Amino acid sequence: MALTGLQIYKLLPASSTKPEVKAHANCKECGYPTCLAFAMKLAAKQAELSLCPYVEEESKRQLEESAAPPIRLITIAGSAKKLEVGNELVLYRHEKTFYHPPGLFVRVKDTQPDAAQVAEAVAAYSVDYVGMSLTLDGVAVEAAGGDFASTVAAVKAACPFPLILMTSDPATAEAGLKAAQGTMPLLWAADAQNWQAMAKLAAQYKVPLVVLANGDLNALADLAEQVKNAGVEDIVLDPGTRGYADSLAIFTQLRRLALKKNERKVGYPLIAFAGDDATLAAQHIAKYAGFIVLDRFDPAMVYPLIVLRANLFTDPQKPIQVLPGVYEINKPGPSDPLMITTNFSITYFSVANEVESSGLPGWLLVADAEGMSVLTAWAAGKFDAERIAKTVKTTGIEQKINHKRLIIPGHVAVLLGEIEEELPGWEINVGPREAVDLPNYLKTRWG
Amino acid sequence: MPGIEVPKEKWSGKVREVTLGATAAEGGTRSRTVTVGGETTLPFLKFEGEIPHPPAIALEVRDQQPNDWPSILLEAWNGATQDVAEWAKAAEAAGADLVALRFNASEQLNAAYARKILRRVLSATGLPLIVFGAGQADLDNEILVAVAEEGKGERLVLGVCEEKNYRTIVAAALAHGHLVDARTPMDVNLSKQLTILIHDMGMPLERIITDPTTGALGYGIEYGYSVMERLRIAALQGDTMTQQPMLVTPGEEAWRTKEARAAEGVPAAWGDYVERAINWEVLTASTLIQSGADIVVLRHPKSLQRVRAMINALMS
Ligand code: B12
Ligand code: SF4
Repeated sequence: MALTGLQIYKLLPASSTKPEVKAHANCKECGYPTCLAFAMKLAAKQAELSLCPYVEEESKRQLEESAAPPIRLITIAGSAKKLEVGNELVLYRHEKTFYHPPGLFVRVKDTQPDAAQVAEAVAAYSVDYVGMSLTLDGVAVEAAGGDFASTVAAVKAACPFPLILMTSDPATAEAGLKAAQGTMPLLWAADAQNWQAMAKLAAQYKVPLVVLANGDLNALADLAEQVKNAGVEDIVLDPGTRGYADSLAIFTQLRRLALKKNERKVGYPLIAFAGDDATLAAQHIAKYAGFIVLDRFDPAMVYPLIVLRANLFTDPQKPIQVLPGVYEINKPGPSDPLMITTNFSITYFSVANEVESSGLPGWLLVADAEGMSVLTAWAAGKFDAERIAKTVKTTGIEQKINHKRLIIPGHVAVLLGEIEEELPGWEINVGPREAVDLPNYLKTRWG
Repeated sequence: MPGIEVPKEKWSGKVREVTLGATAAEGGTRSRTVTVGGETTLPFLKFEGEIPHPPAIALEVRDQQPNDWPSILLEAWNGATQDVAEWAKAAEAAGADLVALRFNASEQLNAAYARKILRRVLSATGLPLIVFGAGQADLDNEILVAVAEEGKGERLVLGVCEEKNYRTIVAAALAHGHLVDARTPMDVNLSKQLTILIHDMGMPLERIITDPTTGALGYGIEYGYSVMERLRIAALQGDTMTQQPMLVTPGEEAWRTKEARAAEGVPAAWGDYVERAINWEVLTASTLIQSGADIVVLRHPKSLQRVRAMINALMS
């Protein structure tokens, strides 16, 4: 938890009990007139502690610890892609925002002959959502009695994403870590029996380590502490729960402990196993997982999960927007249709994607509606006749086309008369309500 | 080492309990009633509070088979969509807690017709009913007043009451012992304000359900999610006008999306059409339940099964 300026002041030379340290009090070497002024700047995160050469070691430790994020940022990496999770600051997204979307992993077993093909499919999977290309994050390879090392090697070759190595046997783990060399996998897991050997491996191979307990908060915290004391800093917690109710309870408790109680022992990201249940995976996206492992790769399940994750991890203060202006779709000519929409990303892409995939050329005008959807903007007075007319007049579209016909969204049909008044000489057409029906409308009604 | 204490919030508020439907003993004809609300903590956190009732699932039926539902959705009902009474029976058989009857905007829609349809649905199913108008203010006032009278004593939920159009519906519900669905566009203050306005007309708070509106997965769900979370937190903190149980319509929102409607001409990454479409409805609903929904109105019977499985697991 961040310290206040006065708490920091108590740790600076001016407050020291050692005369030789106190002698430097208010020496200004840090660039600030007094230790107190420096403390205030530190509290406001506008200065670096290293500017003062005289801070005692113990104070330094305390200050660094207090500056550390309540949930540690964990990085893992594959041969060409890395993933960062943790560093979350709130329980509810409306309090600020959620920062690091949980990584979505697909599990394969080392007894599975098609492990490498699955890994390849995971790597190849990408879906376009409002202009963003969204992907999965990696593959979890589980030791199930097959040849772990060669499966890890094959998966690593097939997929540039980070891996999770799943085994409780240290010798198997080491074989997997060797096979994964050159990447930074997550090692699952250290439990009450094997933690010493696993911690040693994690330290030696410099990989983050999952600490696994069986549903017990205290057992989990103690084990994490032991692993940390054994020299592993990058820890991920697996509370061992696999169902809905038990997971929701303990994931919530762990997040609260880290954020509200500043409980360092559990200040780490969490890993969840959702089996092949999309609804359970969705719970983990909303409620606090940092890594989510699925047992199956099925696009019909992965796509909605990836979209849900994108939705819940957008910053509530900034709706995703596109720039207002003229957008050309499929190389339109001067006589091609002209349509208008708003600059809310979801709205823009619903319309643009429809027209684009229909192959029909068209001009799409995007009004500055402050990032709101058609009806929201209309209700808020940000997409009215005046703004629509202004968009037509100020974007230079009139020089690019040889007609004066404009298609408006069906949902704002009520604006028809007013737009006609604002744009004399123009013919205003009311388009369909939903963008899906736009290609058919253009084919049958334009010309 | 000193043990870690389970971090519990000390909430002072409680969501109001609202009962839908009335049995013969209570002046209606329903075979059972459904009570929602009563929570003293956030969804399913039973380690710190009470969750006395599971969220309820309503299935939507229409007076006539709608012409804008995708065929996979209609087919899931095996022909029952042809007749409202059959459809209501099928919804009960599919495991619904509630039937949400919604009228299509059509030529024949008037007070007499609405009465007839209501009678048919009431005799086809013993479940409590929610009755939604066709979304046209004047028409809805006319038919909902008739429905309120015809269904006297049944503790129907009548909706939707919006800021622009609530007085007539509330008055009818008040006169005939019904409940109302108070819908506002995703805003904590507007929701509170509409509850106050309706309560000021004399409607007891035990007969108001709040409908904060939602968007579908991929089309604004995050706004609905956060508004519901904020409303629920406000309720638990003791803000009495936010303590109504919440109803949302994820079925309606999800089945409007391209993901649920387009079988062809979409990227292969979207996956199998039927499975994706159902997942779209299920994840929209399940996510809203995680943020506090007490009643979800769904459309596909399979979605009901999956959402039910989740609720059962969370309540166990
Ligand atoms: C998410 C949302 C919000 C979000 C904002 C999201 C955003 N960035 O815009 C928030 C919570 C902030 C919000 C606020 C408000 N909202 Co609002 N909101 C919604 C909601 C749930 C979804 C809107 C959405 O994103 N749709 C998805 C996009 C893609 O749809 P779309 O832009 O319409 O685009 C589609 C079509 O129009 C078409 N299309 C688009 N462009 C074009 C162009 C052409 C040429 C054609 C042919 C077609 C076409 O294609 C798209 C896909 O089919 C709707 C209700 C609902 N379920 O629809 C209410 C809704 C739009 N909101 C409404 C209202 C009233 C408001 C507020 C005014 C409430 C208030 N008083 O505070 C505020 C206004 C905001 C402000 N003052 O700051 C009302 C509008 C009612 C009305 N008809 O007048 C609605 C309908 C809810 C309701 N039933 O009451 N809202
Ligand atoms: S460098 Fe700044 S903070 Fe450090 S002792 Fe001198 S005045 Fe105080």
